[in-house]
Amino acid sequence: MSKSLSSIIPGQLVKVSFIKDSALKPKLMEMGLIIGKELRVLFKAPFGDPIAIDVHGYVLSLRLDEASLIEVEDFK
Amino acid sequence: MRIALLGNPNTGKSSVFNMLTGLRQQIGNFPGITVDKKFGVFSIEKEEHTLIDFPGTYSIYPRSKDEQVVYDVLSNPNHADYPDLVIVVADESNLERNLFLFTQIYDLKIPSILVLNMADIARKKGKIVDIEKLQKRFEGSVVVETTARVGLGKDRLIQAIQLNISKKEYETFQLKAHLCEVEDLKGQEHEANERYILIRELIEEIEVEKNQKKESQSNRLDRILVHPIFGYLIFAGILLLIFQFIFAFATYPMDFIDSVFANFSGWLGNTLPEGLFSDLLSQGIVPGIGGVVVFIPQIALLFFFISILEESGYLARVVFIMDRLMRPLGLSGKSVVPLMSSVACAIPGVMATRTISDWKERMITILVAPLMSCSARIPVYTLLIALVIPNEKVLGFINLQGLVLFGLYSLGLISALVIAAILKLLINSKEKGFLLLELPSYKTPRWGNVGITVWEKVKVFTLNAGKIILAISIVLWAMATFGPSDKMEQAAKATKIEAESLNLGKEEKDRLVASAKLEQSYIGILGKTIEPVIQPLGYDWKIGISLITSFAAREVFVGSLATIYAVQEDGGSNKRLIERLRDEKRSDGKPVYNLASGVSLMIFYVFAMQCMATLAVVKRETKSWKWPLIQMGFMATLAYVGAWIAFHILS
Repeated sequence: MSKSLSSIIPGQLVKVSFIKDSALKPKLMEMGLIIGKELRVLFKAPFGDPIAIDVHGYVLSLRLDEASLIEVEDFK
Repeated sequence: MRIALLGNPNTGKSSVFNMLTGLRQQIGNFPGITVDKKFGVFSIEKEEHTLIDFPGTYSIYPRSKDEQVVYDVLSNPNHADYPDLVIVVADESNLERNLFLFTQIYDLKIPSILVLNMADIARKKGKIVDIEKLQKRFEGSVVVETTARVGLGKDRLIQAIQLNISKKEYETFQLKAHLCEVEDLKGQEHEANERYILIRELIEEIEVEKNQKKESQSNRLDRILVHPIFGYLIFAGILLLIFQFIFAFATYPMDFIDSVFANFSGWLGNTLPEGLFSDLLSQGIVPGIGGVVVFIPQIALLFFFISILEESGYLARVVFIMDRLMRPLGLSGKSVVPLMSSVACAIPGVMATRTISDWKERMITILVAPLMSCSARIPVYTLLIALVIPNEKVLGFINLQGLVLFGLYSLGLISALVIAAILKLLINSKEKGFLLLELPSYKTPRWGNVGITVWEKVKVFTLNAGKIILAISIVLWAMATFGPSDKMEQAAKATKIEAESLNLGKEEKDRLVASAKLEQSYIGILGKTIEPVIQPLGYDWKIGISLITSFAAREVFVGSLATIYAVQEDGGSNKRLIERLRDEKRSDGKPVYNLASGVSLMIFYVFAMQCMATLAVVKRETKSWKWPLIQMGFMATLAYVGAWIAFHILS
């Protein structure tokens, strides 16, 4: 089942399933967030926003607004 | 050869730049845009090469105004800066994302060198790349491994440059590769997807990945540094430490520079034959230059600390923990560094906003940055505090004068934040702000890189502020030296006779004459003209003159008062000036400088945009006069209203 990256709790390993259309979409993809990519949510900033994720090799921080553009599913 | 240096952010691109060019670097402009072009010249076996440093990007397609230049140059072989060779710096420990930019450039068939940098970190992370295989895959390019931070691999890189690669007959990485238009987002998405699939396949082949450690050191550090409580406490502690250093230690070199320039202009005045030229030199140009140089210690120290924090990777965490707090105010986590810098000087602060990708957040940061109390306000604050605030203790242990100084700084900070929140409602923007920021792994800072950053910032400040402060100093000097008709000469003569009858020493006589001449000069007239406007704030025309002259730089206020009241300047303590100011009476016999007018002046200086150099930099950064004029307008309004309220409550 797919859910938004913004709702994932730290520590969980997920896989990108879909990126919503927006002006930011190509940028997100260029940063390595393409469909099928494995991500791990590492930690959140003190007020829960932004979040930091491990994009297989580097740590990316993004605001919840941006994270909500990314749909993920559980990694099997 | 013209060589372009490209790469993702945080790949050690600047280390590679410094390794090749050392201190021989210059700042120029790309034609038609305001992005700084950093370039350096170096030679290999007597052949000169120019290395141009491009902004760090993840792709050749621009996602911010700064990045536009990469696309503009690389997509147009007729561009003046089109390179003969591109060096792409990649982080070896994160090759997948780094190869994205490289393969885009490779597919443009521009001769290229792929530098696998940070080889040491890749080893630590247990990622080993089979370079031979990688080289085979990119036969049109040369692959080199370096650890530029410590200068390893320089020889290999130089050899690669010497190979003079110009082979264009090779197969592109992505078959059917073509360059999309900037507006063609769908095409770019398609390209990104395809490219990453190919890169993923390649990585499987070339990366020998050992077992990754469960939790890296960076991750453990992050548990403390972004902690909801410790994170902020540590950041507050670091800030406190930095400002403690700046204010405690920078005063020594600053006092020294001050006295050197004061002595030098005094010496010039006494040594050169009397005349206009001597005056221009000793009263206009030399103090003008001194007014710029005196700020260098603070700016250098501040950027020393900021660049250590940046090099170590900590600054990205500051952005991370501050972003949510700054956003309701229309600012971003990235506004923190510009605002911090503005406590030393708003000029580097405004320039540091370039990293803010969102237009609106950047504008608001620029507009409020000069409200942070900068170092040029310190001499004004200290003089006025010593003048009207009693040296008493509050609650038995807090020094009242110190408390007022702290209050002025807080007032600046709080008003900056409040104004930001108001501007957020007023400025319209269709763009939606975003923050996609890489949190680089923690590293020990390299002193060479720190030194070069400090040097660059000091240079930028000196050139930008220097030009304008110097020019205004000369204009103000002329306005203070010349006056309409021969009134000035008459006043000077009259004062001379009067002074002689009083049997005064030569120096004291000269000061009285200078003061009398100033009153009749153009600037004196201007001061009197604005008197009706500033009277409601508790100021007279003499203060008016000082307000006008301090447009060059705020601290000129103190020197101007000294000239007007014919008091010899005595450096830091201003004892004589303060005594003289205390004696100054209005026509009704009440002192001019009392608590009400003094506090009113302090408030005025907290808010007023008394700095032409900052205005010029804001104009350059926003590319129009609209924003600096708006900024000057609202700051002047705040200053006037604030000072008026303070004066009327206290009197």
